[in-house]
Amino acid sequence: MIRVLTPLPVLLPLLGAAAALLVGRHPRVQRTLSTVVLTAVLAVAVSLLLLTDADGASAVSVGGWPVPLGIVLVVDRLSALMLVVAATVGLGVLVFAMGQGSADGDEETPLSIFHPTFLVLMAGVANAFLAGDLFNLYVGFEILLTASYVLLTLGGSAPRIRAGVTYIVVSLLSSLLFLAAIALIYAATGTVNMAQLAGRLADLPSGTQLLLHSLLLIAFSIKAAVFPLSAWLPDSYPTAPAPVTAVFAGLLTKVGVYAIIRTQTLLFPGGALDSVLMWAALATMVVGILGAVAQTDIRRILSFTLVSHIGYMVFGIALGSAAGLAGAIFYVVHHIAIQTTLFLVAGLIERQGGSTAVDRLGGLAKASPLLAALFFVPAMNLAGIPPLSGFIGKVGLLEAGVAAGWWLPYTVVAAGAVTSLLTLVAVSRVWSRAFWRPPSQSPAQDTFRAAAADAGPEIAAAPLDGADGEVVPIAAEPVPAGSSRGRSRRAAAWARHSAVATATTPSTDGFGEGRAGRRALRPLPWVMVTATATMAALTVALTLLAGPLYGVAGRAAADVLDGRPYVTAVFGGAEDVP
Amino acid sequence: MTPTVVLPVIIGGLYAAGVYLLLDRSLTRVLLGFLLLGNATNLLLLSTVGGAGAAPILGLADPAEMTDPLPQALILTAIVITFGVAAFLLALIYRSWRLVRQEVVGVDEEDRRVAGRVGTDADELDPDDIPSDDIDLPHASWEDR
Repeated sequence: MIRVLTPLPVLLPLLGAAAALLVGRHPRVQRTLSTVVLTAVLAVAVSLLLLTDADGASAVSVGGWPVPLGIVLVVDRLSALMLVVAATVGLGVLVFAMGQGSADGDEETPLSIFHPTFLVLMAGVANAFLAGDLFNLYVGFEILLTASYVLLTLGGSAPRIRAGVTYIVVSLLSSLLFLAAIALIYAATGTVNMAQLAGRLADLPSGTQLLLHSLLLIAFSIKAAVFPLSAWLPDSYPTAPAPVTAVFAGLLTKVGVYAIIRTQTLLFPGGALDSVLMWAALATMVVGILGAVAQTDIRRILSFTLVSHIGYMVFGIALGSAAGLAGAIFYVVHHIAIQTTLFLVAGLIERQGGSTAVDRLGGLAKASPLLAALFFVPAMNLAGIPPLSGFIGKVGLLEAGVAAGWWLPYTVVAAGAVTSLLTLVAVSRVWSRAFWRPPSQSPAQDTFRAAAADAGPEIAAAPLDGADGEVVPIAAEPVPAGSSRGRSRRAAAWARHSAVATATTPSTDGFGEGRAGRRALRPLPWVMVTATATMAALTVALTLLAGPLYGVAGRAAADVLDGRPYVTAVFGGAEDVP
Repeated sequence: MTPTVVLPVIIGGLYAAGVYLLLDRSLTRVLLGFLLLGNATNLLLLSTVGGAGAAPILGLADPAEMTDPLPQALILTAIVITFGVAAFLLALIYRSWRLVRQEVVGVDEEDRRVAGRVGTDADELDPDDIPSDDIDLPHASWEDR
């Protein structure tokens, strides 16, 4: 049974993507198709989790090659759990995207491309979670990254291309590093099968081990956005369409975290670089959250909290104890759900308020109480307010940190508490300004004037009626007429540039109020609200189901730390796919 | 079978040139740098085989003399991936060129905006650093300079 189910999370989305391309001219068929496919993947993932939780890990050698030679797909509690969360989040985001697509008339997100690409992305994520050898993990990464390149640059507008280039170049570099690491590992051990590597890597000289270990960690840390290698993330995520940012924020970085878990437990269980990881976790938390506090755009704030909270997971992994790893796994699950929900809510805020810049929002709580509730609950959950799952995950991690019992974990525990408080500062600032403040108190009603003021003193000094805005000594030489025209146009272009960067459009009617007023009157599409509400309800459900979930996380952590179940599954039980 | 010294030298040279090109602002150079890095990594994979051997086809040679076929399979996969991504990058470069008539990486406005909020730093903002995205005026930014 489990052998039939294991390849399906990869196979179904890939076949679905091909079919979705074929029916690209019929949006309705396409929507039904991808919803059905992702629902099926979710069903398969849930049954995989139930089966592995009952019977333990199992492996399938695809293509019928004998075990160390061919490609193996391994499913244990950890990968099954990750599959379930990924499929859930994918389905939620897909429904949200369909709601947005039908509401917008497909201008922002060309759906005929979106659906197949999204399915390919899900296939890549599933392949990364199931991969039993390093090269297949690389292929999984490449599948999901290539799909993400397309999704990030959907529509091909200037800001998206600009952000996409940063993202793509950084991702390519990390992929090349990973591939080089695979080459060196193969040269040292003669295999890329992870179960076999678990035995062979331990026999290498410690210097070689350290080199291979750090190469893998650097490659995965770029993908997971661990601090010194995280600068690309807040730069590239906010410009993408809301559903795309949501699924990226939820899933892609966590695939990196998953790979780090495998590296630290299965491949290099000695814990050689644990203290380095702990320092990285500390820096990720603190630097990330300080970035979030400094930002004024909701999506950028969320991107920085995303970076910051990766630190918690890395901390749990770096502890190397069963409690730490269980906390990290629980936190991954919680954070995937919560971060996706918050980015979806940010998409709704943008529709309702016309912007995601905090300065340009106001009075949303009155305009849409439902939206306010949808933001408030996940935001408090992210900050870790007691009854919610964020609190449970953080307490688990901090307890495990205290149990480690020396000064570095203590320091990270303290930093984790501070980070949690600063997260509260960041999200409650969004709350009080965008939701509670009356719209009349919003300082930047005039988008154009604000953008011009942001653009620097030279442009801000320019009168808005299109006259010359030179600040170089005007008396020095007569300014040619053409240059003057160019200058003022450039000032306008500047304002537009800045406005685009903050996801707003400069108002042509002089002042932004009219536009904002019209926006606020438009009702939110019910499909998008339902999808977001379901995701928010799921994050609350994580709190209610925290007991069983933490149990699964604990068992997954014990399996992963032991390492033997994984190796036995690959070498003991692998048979051909029927 | 003794490994050759030529491969490591070539790999090192390709990596150095690739990183140098990758750090450029021009996207075409970034693409070239990526291609060089990809080739360097493929050569690295190839060099894990050790010395050259016979073609790994049963019946043509004794299995003991054969070269290891697995890295070649890995390289083939990596080449296909590099090819696809390079095609996508080319499309992106073309799109970028269509949009701004320039194919250099732009500046992150929101970052600058945040930096500019500190009054003393505002002077460091130089509009000339930022390429105009004004599609209506194809060559305005050139004329201005």
